[in-house]
Amino acid sequence: MPAARFSRPRSAALLAVLGALLLLLIAAPAAFADAFTPEDGSGSRNAEGIHTLFVIAMVIGGAIFALVEGVLIVSLIRFRQRRGGPPPAQIRGNTPLEIGWTIGAATIVLVLAVITFAYLGDIKDPERSAAGAAKGDAGVQLAALNQSAVPGGKALNIDVNGQQYLWRYDYPGKDQVFSYYDMYVPVGTTVTLKITASDVVHSWWIPKLGGKADAVPGHTNETWFRVNKAGTYTGECAELCGEGHADMRARVIALPPDQFKAWMARQAADIKDSQAKLSLARQIRGEGSP
Amino acid sequence: MATTEAAARARTAVTNGGPPEIVVRGVPERTTGWTSWLTTTDHKRIGILYLYTTFLFFILGGVEALLMRLQLAQPNNTLLEPKTYNELVTMHGTTMVFLFVVPVLAGFANYMLPLMIGARDMAFPRLNALSYWIFLGGGMVFYASLFFTPPSAGWTSYAPLSDNAFLPNNGIDAWILLIHLTGISSLLGAINFTATIHNMRAKGMGWGRMPIFVWTVLVYSYLLILALPAVAAAVTMLLTDRHFGTAFFDNTGGGDPMLWQHLFWFFGHPEVYIMILPVFGMISEILPVFARKPIFGYKAIVASSAGITFLSMLVWAHHMFATPTATVVLAFFMLSSFAIAIPTGIKIFNWLATLWRGAIVFKTPLFFAAGFLSMFVIGGISGVVLAIFPVDWYFNDTYFVVAHIHYVLFGGSVFGIFAGLYYWFPKMSGRMLSEGLGKISFWLMFAGFNLTFLIQHSLGLEGMPRRIYRYPDYSNWPEFNLISTIGSFILGIGVLVTVVNVLMSARAGKRAGNDPWQANTLEWFAQSPPPENNFDIVPRVRSVEPMKDIRRDVARASQSSETVAQPATTGAT
Repeated sequence: MPAARFSRPRSAALLAVLGALLLLLIAAPAAFADAFTPEDGSGSRNAEGIHTLFVIAMVIGGAIFALVEGVLIVSLIRFRQRRGGPPPAQIRGNTPLEIGWTIGAATIVLVLAVITFAYLGDIKDPERSAAGAAKGDAGVQLAALNQSAVPGGKALNIDVNGQQYLWRYDYPGKDQVFSYYDMYVPVGTTVTLKITASDVVHSWWIPKLGGKADAVPGHTNETWFRVNKAGTYTGECAELCGEGHADMRARVIALPPDQFKAWMARQAADIKDSQAKLSLARQIRGEGSP
Repeated sequence: MATTEAAARARTAVTNGGPPEIVVRGVPERTTGWTSWLTTTDHKRIGILYLYTTFLFFILGGVEALLMRLQLAQPNNTLLEPKTYNELVTMHGTTMVFLFVVPVLAGFANYMLPLMIGARDMAFPRLNALSYWIFLGGGMVFYASLFFTPPSAGWTSYAPLSDNAFLPNNGIDAWILLIHLTGISSLLGAINFTATIHNMRAKGMGWGRMPIFVWTVLVYSYLLILALPAVAAAVTMLLTDRHFGTAFFDNTGGGDPMLWQHLFWFFGHPEVYIMILPVFGMISEILPVFARKPIFGYKAIVASSAGITFLSMLVWAHHMFATPTATVVLAFFMLSSFAIAIPTGIKIFNWLATLWRGAIVFKTPLFFAAGFLSMFVIGGISGVVLAIFPVDWYFNDTYFVVAHIHYVLFGGSVFGIFAGLYYWFPKMSGRMLSEGLGKISFWLMFAGFNLTFLIQHSLGLEGMPRRIYRYPDYSNWPEFNLISTIGSFILGIGVLVTVVNVLMSARAGKRAGNDPWQANTLEWFAQSPPPENNFDIVPRVRSVEPMKDIRRDVARASQSSETVAQPATTGAT
């Protein structure tokens, strides 16, 4: 018995250290804002859906975590060997208990699956463009592998192409409009992306605009977003693509509809102008027109 | 029957003056010196070769990780070139998977498995030696690339980045050869383990009396045999793509980069379970010994291991949720990945129930085993979160995934491996590891590990992709990365303490005796370290805890003052 009494304060101190450590580990990231949830703030429904689904999963996961760690810590403290303590119970198993936690675990993942499918539509399927949004041109709607058509048909489709180490965006319309690095989009309009790559595998990702989509050569991947708040959203390539992988960054710049239209027109004119100059330069050098 | 027959034969051998056949006592090591290590076919020596070699690779892989953490300690750091960083990413991942975790488990299995089932050696001792030397060859070929150009496409070597068009150097070729050599080594080892377990168990050791570690080595072996051919095919196709003009993974030639990902992960996900199943086995051996209680739910743990083995072949595409793949396929792989959480959960609950109402002895192996339990559950939970494919669209290829794999592979596998090391070292060396250093090592590793990797979940949540050599001064990335780097060095020091402990205790540790832990399985019946023939007499196995039976018999016999009933191999004789 004296031995048991002696070891009690020691294990209590140990527990206190352990608890302090755990608190510190939790408090450290909590001191910074938003370290427990995915990035959001664009108002895009897919990003919000991912956010909600993650929080639900974490609540369920947190409960399981607390249960397991709780039982573990209680066992380690309460059932440590001590002189005069109770002898270890020679139990080899318990069938009802085994069946119980099998069914319990199965129920939890089943519930999680049902919740996932309930939110899947919000995340995967493009939402309708906001009333009064810029009139985008969805172009020809091909039978998509994954993505359903945009309700109302009003959407802006941008072709995204990943290349070592930059992103190129091609906009719809009769004039050729493209840009690199910065993607300009109108606020409130659903933007659908057709994503591919022309060399190695890249991955398109702007965290605040939802999930990522791998850009695989020879394949077209799809995703979408609808920015509701004007601003600049940053991201970077998420699949190791070579030495410049870390510098393959991207920005989505959401503009009010009229400013977006003005940008489109200016970009089209700039491109036409520089193509004309290039063609002239080639003629002067005697290379013929391209 | 073996016991009586052997004893009878021993008697006749002695009386006839003929050469002893099975019963040989105190056989001197026939060969000594360093050449004996090159020619040995003794499973114990091969096991020790495996353990030393793999821990060396573990330290190399750890140094690579620390270099990466140094580079990431502050934003826009210029310590490492991008090319060097990518090489370190590749070397670290490849080393830890192919040159540490998988072969170190083969090392433990090599040493312990024949002892645990009461066998003289493995079924094919020479094949066993071949298996080790091929593994060493693989490691040397891979590290030789340091003198040329190390590979830099990540341990997954995604095509087409790994194709000649983008990385036209020898690094990827060295990587391919490493996969082939370690693959052949593992395959030969797996065949050997399977044959040994099926055929060489002691009398009375039916399937229901086999130690759980042996069960998990059995399913680990089956899984290796099923999964390795896929990656062998894939790297061969990559080799011909690189040098012989084929276009398996080149879409401009009619191939498909997605094919690489499917083939690689068809191997790659079972590989994850290959790296954890034998550790599950170790934990299932260690917990009951230190809780002084039988394992709770033997059948449930064995059945869930078999269930995990089966399901692990059906979940590979959860690594590919962001690729252009039909939603119905993603949904299937989400559900199959969820399903694997059920047998894993069953194991965790059974381990907790094993501790419950025990009389827990706080020795270092128990610290690491409990550390395993507490950390692995975090990796399991984040794994379920990542299996929700719409959520994975966000987390795929971020630091959240880096945190997840390290909670599974470090918090899980490595803590388990350290538990196994502290548990079995007395058997392998005849000496105890220092408890004090062991506990210091544990607490440093536990604190350092959590400091390094817990915060990486938050980095992933804040959108930091993995495998980037530098990052801008954005959000909390600098602070979080600095915390992670500090943690990684504490972790490194913790590992170093165990290395020092092993080197010191191997020479000057306390003598262990045959059964220092009052353990349950047959390896503790042999001397420490076991003689070349392992056992003079193999007792008939009457339960899943043969050593407990033997101790009970000895206690009963000594009570009735029949000292001759002592088993011949226990004690210092």
